[in-house]
Amino acid sequence: MDVRSQIGMVFHLDKCIGCHTCSIACKNVWTDRPGTEYMWWNNVETKPGTGYPTRWEDQQAYKGGWETDGKNLRLKATGKARIIPNIFHNPSMPSMDDYYEPWTYRYGDLFNAPEGDDQPTAIPVSMVTGEPIAVEAGPNWDDDLGGSKVYARNDPNMEALSPEMRTQMFAIERLVFFYLPRICNHCLNPACVASCPSGALYKRGEDGIVLVNQERCRAWRACVSACPYKKVFYNWSTGKSEKCILCFPRIETGQAPACFHSCVGRIRYLGNVLYDADRITEIANLPDDQLVEAQRSIILDPNDPAVIEGARKNGIHESVIESAQRSPVWKFVRVWKIALPPHVEYRTFPMLFYVPPLLPVMSTTGQNGVIRSDLDEMFAQTEEARAPMAYLAKLLSGGNEGKLRYALKKQMAVRIARRHLTVGDATREQAESALRQADTTFEEADAIYRLTALATFDDRFVIPPSQREMAMEMLEDPHDRRAEAGFGFRAAPARGA
Amino acid sequence: MNGIHLFLFGVLPYLSVLIFLVVTIQRYRQQTFSYSSLSSQLLENRRHFWGSVPFHYGILLVLVGHVVAFLVPRAVLAWNGVPWRLYVLEGTALAAGLLTLFGIVQLLVRRASDRKTLKVTTPSDWVLYALLLVQVVTGILVAYMHGWGSSWFASALSPWLRSLVKLSPDVAGLATVPLMVKAHIVNAWLLILFFPFTRLVHVLVIPNPYLWRKPQLVVWNRPRGGREGA
Repeated sequence: MDVRSQIGMVFHLDKCIGCHTCSIACKNVWTDRPGTEYMWWNNVETKPGTGYPTRWEDQQAYKGGWETDGKNLRLKATGKARIIPNIFHNPSMPSMDDYYEPWTYRYGDLFNAPEGDDQPTAIPVSMVTGEPIAVEAGPNWDDDLGGSKVYARNDPNMEALSPEMRTQMFAIERLVFFYLPRICNHCLNPACVASCPSGALYKRGEDGIVLVNQERCRAWRACVSACPYKKVFYNWSTGKSEKCILCFPRIETGQAPACFHSCVGRIRYLGNVLYDADRITEIANLPDDQLVEAQRSIILDPNDPAVIEGARKNGIHESVIESAQRSPVWKFVRVWKIALPPHVEYRTFPMLFYVPPLLPVMSTTGQNGVIRSDLDEMFAQTEEARAPMAYLAKLLSGGNEGKLRYALKKQMAVRIARRHLTVGDATREQAESALRQADTTFEEADAIYRLTALATFDDRFVIPPSQREMAMEMLEDPHDRRAEAGFGFRAAPARGA
Repeated sequence: MNGIHLFLFGVLPYLSVLIFLVVTIQRYRQQTFSYSSLSSQLLENRRHFWGSVPFHYGILLVLVGHVVAFLVPRAVLAWNGVPWRLYVLEGTALAAGLLTLFGIVQLLVRRASDRKTLKVTTPSDWVLYALLLVQVVTGILVAYMHGWGSSWFASALSPWLRSLVKLSPDVAGLATVPLMVKAHIVNAWLLILFFPFTRLVHVLVIPNPYLWRKPQLVVWNRPRGGREGA
């Protein structure tokens, strides 16, 4: 057992209102530099939809993630034998057209235009060439278009549905969509790191954050196609790959990352978990539908004395172990089992988990168009929810509908229990029956309700102390560095030739 | 005339190699950030394939041929002893040269015609394109006008190269070499001279360690007691 600490995340999709505040916070902090305008380290997409970059989940085209024959794990796109022949042209890399060409407007024209009969307009200009462009796509061009023929129907996850299910899903009275906010998953088995020919990408040992060493990156772009979530981006101006850094300068000083901090719906949770690094390769070779359970199994119980002992032996600080014990991620993923990893079948073991959305639970309306609210029926109908189980399972549980149903039923039971306690239209018996069927209790339901609905800042973000200052003191005397810049480039990231 | 001849074949080689070594090392130490090729595949994907792939495979083949010939001229002459083997060698070399030419023309057209790639093209890129184009065209012309170079180079060029290595340049033997061959040689030295100032430095950072490193790379801020790094 090799116990390591990893920062994990949970996004509660039932609470996401699709306001894009997270995306803007991230953009303003990190990606408003030349070459990064098209990047959205954090983006929010509408599902069903094609996403950003377009159809990123289509691994036939982009060849992201890992594949296994049951024994050997290898990268889909850039295995060692394939990296050399493809080094001059990456055949599975998205081009700017698959994202979008970033643009701004000539706002100055509004003020400087000569007096005339018409209102002056600000025309769009490309942020790459600086010339006027006809805007054809944007990062959230499929926003709210849950029934669109262009976007929703081309969602790669639709492959999991039969033609009948698809027709049903797009019937006008059954249209459904939800939001999927996405950032780098800081995976346990990152394909981007494994694909980098220069060894520029690495995983930080202490907290598992995945970073790109800008000095070592040589622009081979293997990571861009290897990441199945398309969360490594190529900066066309500096010729370096860049990605979400989980705001590590903020994490190291005990602050939540910008996208977490700014989340209006308070859907985001962050905390570390302890895991067994020795078993990653072993579980990565399991079949798709066993992966959710396997990933859970390598996340270790931070209250187990043997685990604590192993953590101490590996030099994990007491304060980090304590953080893991209070971690909301531990609760959502392992204790309550209602948070699921996105596309776990890519075998990178993402450490960002999603609580699946309950959505409009009713698949149909009753007589006179009145939405039925019979509690028993409501519970039974979880499975007939408007978003088909097969669709959600393809997205969130490697096709394992059982794991997904479990998470949805438990959430529904929590609602019924709350209605019993607050509204009063559900009887004690009804609530108990629902809780029993959902494998939960009043106590657990109360805990889920509190962390979901009432959680304060400190409940949602349990940030393990990084102890960077202690590490720094071993290398340098902090007094020598007093009044100097803290982090970042010592020289401007200019290329020259 | 003799002064220019001496400069081009007796001085320029040393000047080029000296600048190459000094600037390459200095740039690696001080500007590691710029030590790569600025890929523009993100901005333009389709033409990139038809330019980059033929160009790189072509020029690699040609380069390997040149290096082998310089290192073991005797072996090349022995191989050429039988006519059909000479034809195979020269045919392959010419084909590789034409492949390179096809690739570089594609790349040039792409650079010049696509608005986005034009934006990321620097003056040093244009100098490099010019040098490479001259090099490839003169190379192909030499093969066309003065055939069987893989046989005559040993008597015409090898003594001069050897004298350069021995630091006592003997440029007399080169006087009778055809003009096109001279142009090819001089341009080659110019390429080496400009090498460290251009994106060509990416040649020096080809990722060989990737082939035998472990897939995952974990960096620890603090040393872990006794445990292995990754």
